[in-house]
Amino acid sequence: MSRGRQHLSEMVMSGEAFLEQLKSKFGDRITGANLTAIDPWIEVAPEGLVAVCEHLRDDPQLRFDMLNCVSGVDYFEPDEKKAKKLDWDRHVEVVYHLSSLSNKTSLVLKVILPRWKDDKPGQLPEVPSVSGVWSTADWHEREVFDLMGVWFTGHPDLRRILCPEDWVGHPLRKDYEMPLEYHGIRGR
Amino acid sequence: MAEYLRQYLTPEWLAYVVAALVHAFLLVNLLAVSALVFIWLERKVSGRIQDRLGPTRIGGKFGWLQTLADAIKLVTKEDLMPADADRMLFLLAPYAGFVASYLGFLALPFADGWVAVRLNVAVFFIAAVLGLEVFGVILAGYGSGSKWSLFGAMREAAQVVSYEVPLGMCIVIPVLIAGTMDLVTIGQMQEGWFTQWFVLHDPFTFIAFWVYFTCATASVNRAPFDLAEAESELVAGFHTEYSGFRWSVFFLSEYGSMFAVSGLAAILFFGGWNGPLPVTHWLGLADSTNPFLHYLGNFLGMLNFVAKCIFGVTFMMWVRWTLPRLRIDQVMTTCLKYCTPISAAMFLGAILWTYFIPGGLIVPNNDGVVREGQMIVGSYPPADEAAQSDADAPPASVARAGVEGN
Amino acid sequence: MATQVDDPRIIEFDVRTDEMLVNMGPQHPSTHGVLRLVLRTDGEIVSETTPHIGYLHRCAEKIGENITPRQWIPYTDRMDYLAGMNMNLGWALVVEKLLNLELPEKARHLRVLIVELNRIASHLVGMGAYGLDLGTFSPFLYAFREREKILDLFEEACGARLTYSYLTVGGATADLPPGWLQKCEAFLDQLLPVIKEYHTLLTSNAIFVRRTVGIGVLPREMAIDHGCTGPVLRGSGVNHDLRRDGEQRYTEMYDGYAFEVIVEQDGHYPRDHDYPPVPKQAVLGDCWHRFYVRMLEVMQSIDLIRQAIDRYSTATGSFGEPVKLTEKLPKGEAYMETEAPRGQMGFYIVSTGNGAIPWRARARSSSFCNLSVTEKLCRGCLIADVPAIVGSLDVVMGEIDR
Repeated sequence: MSRGRQHLSEMVMSGEAFLEQLKSKFGDRITGANLTAIDPWIEVAPEGLVAVCEHLRDDPQLRFDMLNCVSGVDYFEPDEKKAKKLDWDRHVEVVYHLSSLSNKTSLVLKVILPRWKDDKPGQLPEVPSVSGVWSTADWHEREVFDLMGVWFTGHPDLRRILCPEDWVGHPLRKDYEMPLEYHGIRGR
Repeated sequence: MAEYLRQYLTPEWLAYVVAALVHAFLLVNLLAVSALVFIWLERKVSGRIQDRLGPTRIGGKFGWLQTLADAIKLVTKEDLMPADADRMLFLLAPYAGFVASYLGFLALPFADGWVAVRLNVAVFFIAAVLGLEVFGVILAGYGSGSKWSLFGAMREAAQVVSYEVPLGMCIVIPVLIAGTMDLVTIGQMQEGWFTQWFVLHDPFTFIAFWVYFTCATASVNRAPFDLAEAESELVAGFHTEYSGFRWSVFFLSEYGSMFAVSGLAAILFFGGWNGPLPVTHWLGLADSTNPFLHYLGNFLGMLNFVAKCIFGVTFMMWVRWTLPRLRIDQVMTTCLKYCTPISAAMFLGAILWTYFIPGGLIVPNNDGVVREGQMIVGSYPPADEAAQSDADAPPASVARAGVEGN
Repeated sequence: MATQVDDPRIIEFDVRTDEMLVNMGPQHPSTHGVLRLVLRTDGEIVSETTPHIGYLHRCAEKIGENITPRQWIPYTDRMDYLAGMNMNLGWALVVEKLLNLELPEKARHLRVLIVELNRIASHLVGMGAYGLDLGTFSPFLYAFREREKILDLFEEACGARLTYSYLTVGGATADLPPGWLQKCEAFLDQLLPVIKEYHTLLTSNAIFVRRTVGIGVLPREMAIDHGCTGPVLRGSGVNHDLRRDGEQRYTEMYDGYAFEVIVEQDGHYPRDHDYPPVPKQAVLGDCWHRFYVRMLEVMQSIDLIRQAIDRYSTATGSFGEPVKLTEKLPKGEAYMETEAPRGQMGFYIVSTGNGAIPWRARARSSSFCNLSVTEKLCRGCLIADVPAIVGSLDVVMGEIDR
């Protein structure tokens, strides 16, 4: 009965072959990959994201018709001492988990962004929205914007979704500080 | 009663006023007590239907006093009014609804001659007055200044107005058979065995009763037609903004209307105060000239009538706790596409039946129990004579056999 | 328009009515918690629906970044509070995936048993609450009567009735008490005939059918596009169930279990012969289908539990001792979805390899995606259909807002 979903590498084609194919098609817009991770992922440059996603969705062999999740991860260590020991730079990642209902495959895409656009604090980093590719992205991108502070260009209605509309800041950022007061309610 | 008091009270109008006050007092109490009982009953019935016990604590084992406790709670609650409400309409609405449902009882006989006001157009009066209840709902919905209330009111207006049509047609069918609109006369005509009841008079009345019951349920806003207060859609519909005493008045009028339409059904279709077996005749109570025995017979009759009402109300409760709610367009479809044509056909059928096959279906004529001079279906005086006698007093034949109103 | 009027403004002026903006919720009897729908209505017709969520936002993800994965288990309970066990399982599995932990056989059967039992409880509430949305109260209490027995079983197993925290990283917090399996079987035996009562009260009830058939039709493509999962997706005719099509780590729990994915094929559902047939007017993807899929999944779960009881009682090994509370997490990230009652519940864990606290804990909520279709489904329906549609999606706000 059980067939089990497999990672792309085992199902349609090998991971390397798939990556080569993508690279030949999109060139330097595929900026990196990790095929040995628990969930192998492919890194896409922000400007190529929509084209890559449309390809992944429409290619008759791949058919990633469902976007499962869009998550934001903030890589930032507020503690300077600890930060020096880390093997990564400060950045924000937007992670797209895709799956294909027909092929029973899954795929992870990552977009790596600076924490602030042009390194000016308060300027949200920008990614093109994929809500035109999968409607799931509509609400998920709103959530990432709300909690992580990533601006999705081309999103039809990028408003806060979980926090109140007049909330200040993006709570899932690691350097976020709870406001002292919100409409007379004590925050800290 | 006014006649009786006139012997003792000197200015004639005083007798009428006192009589009216006594009647009004009795009826208000009846309504309040019946609502108390019905709300308790509703809780018990719904509890049993839903596999639970219902109230068990207050007032002994069966929670008799649960409603009283509720009433005390409601009366002591803060009386809120939204800032946007139309003050006068908001305050007036519950009483407007209550008055309408209360007025219906004025003409509703509880036993042979036990009626506050014996009207020769009682059927018409009750149907008209119960239809007025919609005013309370519309005023409440409009006056609350709340959108949900307004939705409820508009639904109620649409629903009640359209259901009046088939309801009225179903009411006319027994009237047509009886040839009178006087409810006391109609009740007297169904005396005897249960086969004399109009519901068994012919197949058309039988079906008409079910249509009547459907429409009555709709016109008193009970599930599955409780669109005006549909709590899963409109929060609480027209009484969203009401609380405390005013809210309980709405409830009072809802249960009052249920009682009234069930009572009307009991008289029009189920023989009113006449039991299924002519027990009072066997005991000689009904024909007795002894005032006490006669009173006893009437009292038994009233119990009979109330039992039928309670049965009708319980039936409505049963329906309410079983069925999902219809949608507004389906409610209108049910009325216009099903109830109205069916009731019209039943009306036509009943006309033809009484014309060609006068008499009841199972036992066409009286079976010996019915007193001499009892009007028999299909053989009453010609139309002009009936119209004449209809003017003030009941038809002569009935007056002979019947008992004078109190 | 049939009649031609010289000046179109006349008609417009006569016929035009004002639109009204109505707030349905957050305090509303049928919005399943604190969902707020802003309806733009023209009389009874709803022309636009805008859902507003976030009233139950409790910052679960932020909390997850500050405590260890095992400490976060109780927070997952409070996401879909009607299916706490399924939430526990989802998070436990993803942490196990990161730790690369293999479970003993007995622990896997225990998990199937518990999770499917919780699925029944959750679907019973879903069914009862749907009845409430359509204005009938009694099925709700019938459903709670049966659910209460499941809660009693859970209470005996883990001490809690709603927020269990029972399944945890590495297995479960305790083994089932002696005699539990017999009680569970007795419960299943008496549940079977009761299900038929629900079908007579709701599924085949004429009013229920008229209220749900052809309402809120969610086409297959739209369901996939919006990321709808679970009964909502299967109600649209997509043959997809993670218990069969999921990741290896999840599907191996169900290895060897016989079950069919509940989805319509050629106008029939698997094992629907005992139950009301699909109404003629029903359109695939309407409210009725979603409801029916849920009802049949209860039967499916009963079968699975029976099989799990057999396997569990013969399985050897431990029930799965939980890992240390401060188990060190390796560097890496893992994402995994499981088939929760309301759809695919995904968890995403990121660890930088610095101690036991994850860098990021993310929950992908099934109801979140399922709810996002309301905007399209409710376009042009009547006000009374809004609760019917939202109810058929069976959302739990705790899971959406997290």
